[in-house]
Amino acid sequence: MAQIGYSKKVMEHFMNPRNVGTIENPDGYGKVGNPVCGDLMEMYITVKDDVITDMKFQTFGCGSAIATSSMVTEMAKGMHVDEAMKITRNDVADELDGLPPIKMHCSNLAADALHEAIKDYKEKKEVKERNNKR
Amino acid sequence: MENIYLDHISSRSIDPGVLEFAKRFLEHDYGNPSSLHSLGLEAKRVLEDARMKVAELINAENEHGIIFTGSATEANNLAIKGAALRNIGKGKEVAASAIEHISVINSMKELQKNGFTLNLIPVDSDGIVNLEKLDEILTKNNTVTSIMYANNEIGTIEPIREISKIVHEKGLYLHVDATAAAGHVPIDVQADGIDLLTLSSNDLYGPHGAGVLYIKLGIKLQPLLLGGGQERGFRSGTEDIFAIAGMGEAARIARLKMTKEGNRLKKMRDRIIQEILNIEGSHLTGHPTQRLPYHASFRFDHIEGESILLNMDMYNIQVSTGSACSSKTLEPSHVLLAIGLTHEQAHGSMVLSLGKSNKMEDIPVIVKVVKETVERLRKLSPLSKKEVM
Repeated sequence: MAQIGYSKKVMEHFMNPRNVGTIENPDGYGKVGNPVCGDLMEMYITVKDDVITDMKFQTFGCGSAIATSSMVTEMAKGMHVDEAMKITRNDVADELDGLPPIKMHCSNLAADALHEAIKDYKEKKEVKERNNKR
Repeated sequence: MENIYLDHISSRSIDPGVLEFAKRFLEHDYGNPSSLHSLGLEAKRVLEDARMKVAELINAENEHGIIFTGSATEANNLAIKGAALRNIGKGKEVAASAIEHISVINSMKELQKNGFTLNLIPVDSDGIVNLEKLDEILTKNNTVTSIMYANNEIGTIEPIREISKIVHEKGLYLHVDATAAAGHVPIDVQADGIDLLTLSSNDLYGPHGAGVLYIKLGIKLQPLLLGGGQERGFRSGTEDIFAIAGMGEAARIARLKMTKEGNRLKKMRDRIIQEILNIEGSHLTGHPTQRLPYHASFRFDHIEGESILLNMDMYNIQVSTGSACSSKTLEPSHVLLAIGLTHEQAHGSMVLSLGKSNKMEDIPVIVKVVKETVERLRKLSPLSKKEVM
């Protein structure tokens, strides 16, 4: 049977989202979505020795947009960045006990936002390493 | 916390008196009104009694103009497709306001696929139909023009008499979808100049499963459903006597209670609007005064409507939203776009529709929960730190 409405876990994360906020001077920053479409996510990460030590988010969007953002921060915190890059949209949805089919694409962008933040971190790191060599 | 239901625009509880009146047709009075034996005749008597009660609610010339359907959506389909196809000799044009219910818009779009020209009439930022544009757009080729009595998403009441004058000066037919308005504001199809009018049972606190299309005597429509010729041939199919008897009784009760209940709800509505507009970045949608007595609709900067709905529901308050994220198409409400809102603005909408169960004493709780919801979601939103949209 198709899922009707949100799982208890989605509602729990929606009502009590983890790691809300911003990080000043983050090691990585990712932004996906667009307020025109109704979803916008911003992710901030702090990274030490390629391990994500802190992570914060801000999200404009529906219940699943907020819940997936919260969930992805919980999943990725403490992970090596290369491992965190492997977290997929489906992984996030699975951890939330599923999402209604219509929400799987539009508001399940949290993994993408995480990946953007990690890419940003890696780019910054490369620039830094290049500068150090000079 | 006690539950506070503020989504009467979506569904209403059946009136206990209506249920008491109609339930015998679910239990033991199961005759078919087309049968000539005693059980059939009893069903027929109740059917005609319901017709009379609905006719009185809208001041129809007589009960013969009342055609029962299965829903307001069906009545809208019958009015539009029925009028357009039956009067195709006049031309192949139809017109509607840009804020009509989706059952009107989609009926017209179907005609458009079949060679009709669809003219959408713009509305102003309060949702009032542009009368000059209406006058400009309507030609003698028009077969039906559909303008709603009041809008379900923004509460605006349209100037139906002025609209009717424009439509009739050109010798055309006016269909009015009064689903959100009937039973809540006085409607007089004769004085208002309405040729076709849609009503819903549940919006009168009747059971789901019945609607009405009022058809002014002499107007010809092509039926959608063919069969045994029930409802003067306009709508074949054995009548749902439970739903119809209930709708009739609901119409009778609505007519008696309209003024008093309307005044009570209007006071609550105005108080809610006043208090919610105190929240920074909140805006009323729809007309400030020319609006349904039970309807208060808003939009909030930087937050999204489905989140508002879910958050309010966690505090046992049910509301609705025109946000894209809550719709099956993932498109924001066409009504909110038609009044000139941007996509971002349309995402943050919330509709509070009051009804019988709501009390003035509930208002402080409602306002408190709205405030907390807006505050919490803004803290989560990356847009809050940027300038106001």
